[in-house]
Amino acid sequence: MDINTKKEKGIPVVSVKGRIDAVTAPEFEKSLSEIITSGEKTVLINLENLEYISSAGLRSILATAKRLKSENGKMLFTGLKGPVEEVFKISGFYSIFTIFESEGAALGSI
Amino acid sequence: MPVSVNIRLPAKLVHLEQLVDFVANCAQRHGITHKRVGEIKVAAEEAIVNVINYAYGENEGDIEVVCISEDDRFIIKIVDSGSPFNLLSHKDPDIYMDMSERAIGGLGIYLIKKLVDYIEYKRENESNIVTLVITNKIRSEQLPA
Repeated sequence: MDINTKKEKGIPVVSVKGRIDAVTAPEFEKSLSEIITSGEKTVLINLENLEYISSAGLRSILATAKRLKSENGKMLFTGLKGPVEEVFKISGFYSIFTIFESEGAALGSI
Repeated sequence: MPVSVNIRLPAKLVHLEQLVDFVANCAQRHGITHKRVGEIKVAAEEAIVNVINYAYGENEGDIEVVCISEDDRFIIKIVDSGSPFNLLSHKDPDIYMDMSERAIGGLGIYLIKKLVDYIEYKRENESNIVTLVITNKIRSEQLPA
């Protein structure tokens, strides 16, 4: 798993490549945690290059989202496709998160 | 003629990627589409991680993954000789709750159930045997968006 973080229009954009599985999920969660600890309230996650995400990754997302919510922040998603999109649908994540077609659309909504 | 291949490794997280890739390669050889292989990887990971995390407690043991290619279906068997654990007796999470009420865990077994066509658990000869079956037909079930 590779995590790349950049800032667009003042919003941190986290792009994840490879797998968010039981091995890599803690590292993914730690990266998000560091961003939030630095004071960011809105985080955009781009999963365009993600091969797959398992329940360990979903757990990291939910834990991070709960923390952000308690601090009046939010997580946005883009780039969902293939098995990643399917797993988000099955898990009901489409109803609890805002998912955008593109990074541009997500950033434009803020 | 069904074709069967297997891999046996210590049930440790360090082997997770290798075990999942083994299943993915078998699924590809069976002719399963790229997207469906991705879903099968998730189902396989969940079943494998379950064994790694819970089967042996503080002890060590092996996990065996068997892939069977039949004419009309692809079968994955995940076998361990740890404590009995019937993953089918696990309660499904409520996926319609809003974020603040949702439990953080419990999605793994639910994902397996939704991503494969048939799932079976057997306790046989002091072993847990989880069988996941993927049929060749396109799934007709439409998932809610």
